Amino acid sequence: MKRISKPLGIVLLFLILLAIFILLARNGNLQLLNPQGYIAQMQSEILFGALILAVCIGIPTVIATYFLAFHYRKGSKNAAYSPNWTGGKLLVIVWWTLPTLLIIIFSVITWKTTHLLDPYRPLASQQKPITIQVVALDWKWLFIYPSEKIATVNFIEFPVNTPVNFQLTADGPMNSFWIPSLGSQIYAMSGMVTQLHLSASTIGEFPGSATEINGKGFSGMKFIAKSSSKKDFDIWVQSVQKSGKPLTLSSYDVLSSPSMYNKVVYYRYIDTKLYAEIVARFMTPTGSISMPHMY
Amino acid sequence: MIGFIFGKLTWNDLPHQWFTIGGTLSMMLMGLAAALFLTRTKKWKWLWKEWLTSTDPKKIGIMYMILAGLMFFRGALDAMMIWLQQAMALGASSGYLDPSHFQQIFTSHGDIMVFFATMGFLTGLLNLIMPLQIGTRDLSFPFLNTLGFWLYVAGAILINMFFVFGGEFAAGGWLGQTPLTELLYSPGVGVDYWIWSLQISGAGSLLSGINFLVTILKNRAPGMKLMFMPLFSWATLCSSILIVTVFPILAITLGMLTLDRYLGMHFFTATAGGNPMMYINLIWMWGHPEVYILILPSFGIYSEIVSTFSHKKLAGYISQVVALILISLLALMVWLHHFFTMGAGADVNAFFGITTMFIAIPTGVQILNWMFTMFRGRITFDSPLYWFLGFISTFTFGGMAGVLLASPAADYQLHNSLFLVAHFHTMIVGGALFGIFSGITFWFPKFIGFKLNEKLGKYAFWLWLIGFFLSFVPLYILGFMGATRRMDHYTNPAWQPLFMTSVIGFIVIALGAGMQVLQIIVSIWQRKKNRDTTGDPWGGRSLEWSTPSPVPFYNFAIIPRVTGRDAFWEMKEKGIVSSPDKYEDIELPKNTAMGIYVAFFALVFAFAMVWHMTLFAILGLLGIIVCVVLRTFDEDTTYVIPAAEVERIENERRQHGGD
Repeated sequence: MKRISKPLGIVLLFLILLAIFILLARNGNLQLLNPQGYIAQMQSEILFGALILAVCIGIPTVIATYFLAFHYRKGSKNAAYSPNWTGGKLLVIVWWTLPTLLIIIFSVITWKTTHLLDPYRPLASQQKPITIQVVALDWKWLFIYPSEKIATVNFIEFPVNTPVNFQLTADGPMNSFWIPSLGSQIYAMSGMVTQLHLSASTIGEFPGSATEINGKGFSGMKFIAKSSSKKDFDIWVQSVQKSGKPLTLSSYDVLSSPSMYNKVVYYRYIDTKLYAEIVARFMTPTGSISMPHMY
Repeated sequence: MIGFIFGKLTWNDLPHQWFTIGGTLSMMLMGLAAALFLTRTKKWKWLWKEWLTSTDPKKIGIMYMILAGLMFFRGALDAMMIWLQQAMALGASSGYLDPSHFQQIFTSHGDIMVFFATMGFLTGLLNLIMPLQIGTRDLSFPFLNTLGFWLYVAGAILINMFFVFGGEFAAGGWLGQTPLTELLYSPGVGVDYWIWSLQISGAGSLLSGINFLVTILKNRAPGMKLMFMPLFSWATLCSSILIVTVFPILAITLGMLTLDRYLGMHFFTATAGGNPMMYINLIWMWGHPEVYILILPSFGIYSEIVSTFSHKKLAGYISQVVALILISLLALMVWLHHFFTMGAGADVNAFFGITTMFIAIPTGVQILNWMFTMFRGRITFDSPLYWFLGFISTFTFGGMAGVLLASPAADYQLHNSLFLVAHFHTMIVGGALFGIFSGITFWFPKFIGFKLNEKLGKYAFWLWLIGFFLSFVPLYILGFMGATRRMDHYTNPAWQPLFMTSVIGFIVIALGAGMQVLQIIVSIWQRKKNRDTTGDPWGGRSLEWSTPSPVPFYNFAIIPRVTGRDAFWEMKEKGIVSSPDKYEDIELPKNTAMGIYVAFFALVFAFAMVWHMTLFAILGLLGIIVCVVLRTFDEDTTYVIPAAEVERIENERRQHGGD
């Protein structure tokens, strides 16, 4: 009886820990485990899988090590001592093969998920995707909706269950654009355009942030990503089209000069070549452009 | 003319903020206290002759350990300031640090902990242990060794000099993200301090790496085949090969950034065809192997510890060696996993993700080998083994977090989050640092002559372990809550309790570190009680334990002959006593102050470069060249201890210390 109770106890403890863990994981603050979008959903499955694996491989490893250390302690009565035993060939083969097999399985999963969740891969959907052009500035995010002809600072809205195609660049040090509830981040770098494809599966407001250090205003580069019904989205777009300030090359220069903890601003996107110009200004040789501002 | 001499330096650059005044004052007070102590005890000459100019790897190693310990406290102070700010700066409160100051602190925390604390501890241990383990009296290039050490000192001085001159350090993260660290976005001297202190200490590391590598390949005792070497020496070999391979990349990358900043070139600028991504690429080609340079020696230490305290041969010696070599090779082909989110295609990302995961195989094999070493052992629970057992519990989970991060699909979510920060601290604190502490406790009696107090050592261990989990488990959770690294301010109230837990964890760790200081003090106090008279206090297996403690300056009176692994264990088994009837002359390198002079001029040069002082830069450079040339003409670099003298010392020791 005693012999069985020990391992049984360990298994029970294990299950209790797992249950507590899963309960905790449902805590809404753990954004990565409470996905609100298609990409984040798949990523949370990977994270869950990894956590369970960590528990299933990590805890036994630690327990086994401690058990060995305790069992073969000096003075232990029923432990054998063979100071020259170093394991046979068979054992060597086994203990190389086990981790190798495990990693090969992981590799296959990695290859598949990397392609499946490639940020550049457009999402399949019945809905027509909307495009948002992102500019990482010092120290705020400018979002341009080229088709809707509007632009915003530190706020985006888009319809739920609709693919959102982000095209990202920077006018300033490089940065990384991340909405944890929706999944995947990607760098925004000057002189180039990167891509990110996300979609939200629920209506709500999700926090977004910059994850790469880019100067003193870094921590204030937060934004809200709001998913809404198609109808609400259209209403919002119309209101911005009506009441937004005009965004032109000259008002952009004011906007892009360094400023911290910016409030949300709405613009009418008038100068439709602006985004291309922001990208292109870093591709010209120095001298032909003057950088808008020194620091 | 003034510009020619003083460059950009003006009166305004002298200390005037609270932290620069505090830093300057505390450095001055420490310097003053040391100077007073030395003058009072009339130890200046002793210090210069016995220590500073020494070419003895044991003395250089101890100096490394002391300076690394100091820098460790300096880095820990940064850590405390970071966590305090993060515990405070929620919502309306902006904490007690302004953003740029906060960013300078985490930058210097990273650089100091990696370059000056951990690298210093490791280079110190390598200097101390490896020559004894392979049965040699000295490194192949004694002068390079002292030069490397003094360059490390010069780097450590320079990285703290911003307190006194300029009051500004780099704020671009420990690796200096371009284009943020380019002139356009960081025009101040902070980045230049960063560049030059890394450049100088990096040169020192490279010299040490070359030295260790050549020493292991050329200076092993007769009969000591590579496959007879203890695992720590194998780890040193692998680590040195990595140093020699990748430190030139660091030098060149920093050099290119220097050209950008000083001569207006465009390697990594955002404009004019520069490519900031190339910088990230290059710096991680050095940066990733660097992490393995830090951890491999600790793996070696664990192998020694487990086998010694299990009183048993290491299981799977060949497996361990193969694992070390594989880890070193793989370390060179995974760097891209630091920027999966930079827009590389899925094929490239998947390739580097998979190579990264493959590192888990040899690492897992190492852990299995340690388990099988304990199997059928007779384990004594001395404090070095505690650190190993602690390492198993931290490292296993940290490693699994690493495998998760290696999967690009997961990394798109976890990149630059606090989860990542928690992961690499688990590897460096729970992996490398615990190994270093284990090694220090293990080998302390060998070099100082008495054991460290076991009880206090175990208290320190428990505080460290508990503090570690309290500090870093919250960071894993914060990562899952979407918290990014390097925030000086946030708005999510759910994060604050976790940051506060980290602060508590820090306090516990600080108590642990305090306990270690106390341990050293108490051990010195009780040195008579804990004296190691045998030279073999733990029942050791490798050659270093065949020497008396503390080790005589010539290491071995007679170079031992090696016929197998665990050379000293074998000698003990066969009953071979090491008291020869005939001694030989011993040739050892002379002391030299040239390393100090070269490093001094390097410091002058680097400081002058930071401030664009043309005159002093020229003088510094000339000084370096003249010193090196002078040294090359110095052919009288060794001295001989006659056999009779060796015999006298050995006999005296036997009468005195023996029994």
